[in-house]
Amino acid sequence: MKPRHFLKCCIAVIAVTAFFCSVQAVFASTPNNGEEALGRKLAKQAVKGSKRWSTINHAKADALNSDFTTGEEITKACLSCHSEAATQFHKSIHWTWLASGDKSDIRYGKAGYSVNNFCISGNAMEDKGCLKCHTSWNRKGVKGEVNCLKCHNSSGFNFIEAFSDIKAFSEDGDPETDEMVKDIQQEIKQEVTRVTFPTRKNCGDCHFKGGGGDGVKHGDLDTSLTKPNRMLDVHMGIDGKNFSCTRCHTTVDHNIAGRIYTNPAVATRKSLIEDDLAPKITCVSCHSSAPHKNDSKMNDHTDVVSCQACHIPTFARVNPTMMWWDWTKAGKLKDGKPYHEDGPFGKPVYKSIKGEFRWEKNVMPEYFWFNGSLTSTTANEVIDPAQIVKVSHPVGDKTDPEARIYPFKIHRGKQPYDKINKKLLAPMLSGKNGFWTTFDMNDAIEHGNKTIGIPYSGEFDYVETTYAFPITHMVAPKENALNCTQCHTRENSRLANITGLYMPGRDKSDLIDTIGWILVIGALAGVLIHGIGRFFIRNGREG
Amino acid sequence: MKDKKIIKIYLYTRYERFWHWLQALMIICLITTGLEIHGTFNLLGFQTAVNIHNFVGLSWLILFAFFVFWLFTTGEWKQYIPTTKKLFSVVLYYAWGIFQGNPHPIQKSKGAKHNPLQRLTYLGISAMLLPVQMITGLLYYLYNDMSGVLSLSILAGIHTLIAFFLLNFLVIHLYMTTTGHSLFSHIAGMITGWEEVYETTQIADWETQAVKKK
Repeated sequence: MKPRHFLKCCIAVIAVTAFFCSVQAVFASTPNNGEEALGRKLAKQAVKGSKRWSTINHAKADALNSDFTTGEEITKACLSCHSEAATQFHKSIHWTWLASGDKSDIRYGKAGYSVNNFCISGNAMEDKGCLKCHTSWNRKGVKGEVNCLKCHNSSGFNFIEAFSDIKAFSEDGDPETDEMVKDIQQEIKQEVTRVTFPTRKNCGDCHFKGGGGDGVKHGDLDTSLTKPNRMLDVHMGIDGKNFSCTRCHTTVDHNIAGRIYTNPAVATRKSLIEDDLAPKITCVSCHSSAPHKNDSKMNDHTDVVSCQACHIPTFARVNPTMMWWDWTKAGKLKDGKPYHEDGPFGKPVYKSIKGEFRWEKNVMPEYFWFNGSLTSTTANEVIDPAQIVKVSHPVGDKTDPEARIYPFKIHRGKQPYDKINKKLLAPMLSGKNGFWTTFDMNDAIEHGNKTIGIPYSGEFDYVETTYAFPITHMVAPKENALNCTQCHTRENSRLANITGLYMPGRDKSDLIDTIGWILVIGALAGVLIHGIGRFFIRNGREG
Repeated sequence: MKDKKIIKIYLYTRYERFWHWLQALMIICLITTGLEIHGTFNLLGFQTAVNIHNFVGLSWLILFAFFVFWLFTTGEWKQYIPTTKKLFSVVLYYAWGIFQGNPHPIQKSKGAKHNPLQRLTYLGISAMLLPVQMITGLLYYLYNDMSGVLSLSILAGIHTLIAFFLLNFLVIHLYMTTTGHSLFSHIAGMITGWEEVYETTQIADWETQAVKKK
């Protein structure tokens, strides 16, 4: 009898152990079972034919075999073959700096009523300081000629400087400088043929340095992305996929996908399986909306959480980014002269011309529902100065099927507003009437608001504002993505401010928990007392 | 009472014991991982806890189907028919008699494995708590495929509340195992299948419906 029982016992134990080992086996094997996640498979396929090819060698193009003396001449040469390029480009936001394609609609855009909390306003292209980044020759704005080379020349050669040298040298009539002019001209001739699709440097010259310096604006775009490693950006890493910007920012008629302003970059997220001609601007385009391995719980998140939310744990991971800009402090002078002070990261913490700054590195994003659109409080909108003004803020809530929980850099600062009209103001900064010359804010506003045609009462004060940047670059390798408990946790959840949904691990019903723990602790206390009672009373009697 | 002779009877069949211990392990496993998912503590890591909870939970659904099949094919379901007869004397025994060293008012037998209090408790758990827990668990698991139909906070609330009920049961149940002839005799009985009873045990007719019909 006994040995048989023992045997049965063993079998039962073995069966139960085997059952629980199988649990372990199932999960231990998941990460290494060789099966590739759908999102990876699709994305690899999407970039398989990534080698660009062309039928033109610009070094052999007759139109470019000329002694150029101005930028405009080069553009003319470009257009002699690419006849529609300028016409197309004139309609794009890179040229108009207006969000709407309609030039009469100047509500949104750098050249319109839009403001930010950096250099505040583009002053309808009247502030020439801003036009350094406009795609025209010689800061002429929309009145000038398109500078094709700004985006399509990979030489890094400074054509504008070369042309002004030529102009200066050829005026003095000295035979020796004539020789130098020839040299420069030869160099121009050589460099002008280095025509390419836009490189990271081309885009980065403006987009990495928006707001007046490296990493000032975006937080996920700075010069560290010119040659990033894959730890900084899996897509762009030169030791990784080595994508250029245009890999994702695909183009139709010189309109580049990915602009997020009043309208989303795309109306709906579509994978290339659903629409093989869709712009490749969303993660879903290449990775699909079920990118993780089969049956992964992560795939259940994609209807609520953006890819960026988990895969970009922090931004500004290599170079710092500006988080605070206080215009109220601007204008202080030392010995009658403007000055600046450097702080941590070797970045300025004060500039007389701009005010006080704060920089941060490795910044944890703030999370909001986002359907792809941003609200924009322009210089023509009435504000409530008693509150922090959201100059730009994500649109969306959990009932919006296109909205996802999305990471943002929120840039905070203080900027001038009209005390009477209750509108944000647009001071002129550069030029002879600009604040950077006069250090007179009232005067700068007077001139600045005139450029955009919005009346100024003459009385201003400062108001605190926020400006939101969607974080989408600097995607980390998957091993650095967030783990569950960064959000699914009671304390310090990254999504603490996302309300209206139940998140296991973060949320609980206090009532249920109280009832539950009373039941459990009550039972424990009950059996403890009962047990002690038995121990003393019964043992006393029977023993 | 000392003169009463204790004998052993074979009370729990192999499958019954297997199911009991498997169920015990799974419940402990589910409560532990469940509380971690609930955010009560950190032990295995959230993701591992979720994976294990899902796997064990789904396994439970399958194994429970076997249990129900066993219950009805063997007629063992009759062991769960609730009764109020002698219920009070059982309650009185645990509240008072046990301290006096009195014998348990109900003795176990093949036809009546459970005393009236156990019948009521186990019926409540098997027919009420566990099915609701399984259904809410399954809906929770499939929540993403039918979003909009249910509120996750309500679903999770019910699931959590019942988990607390079961944990409450587990505590009391574990304690009750020590109330046998010796501290571990009930546990030994559930391991070997042989439970200790008094030789002179009289089983009332109403208690033995399960075997009477054979």
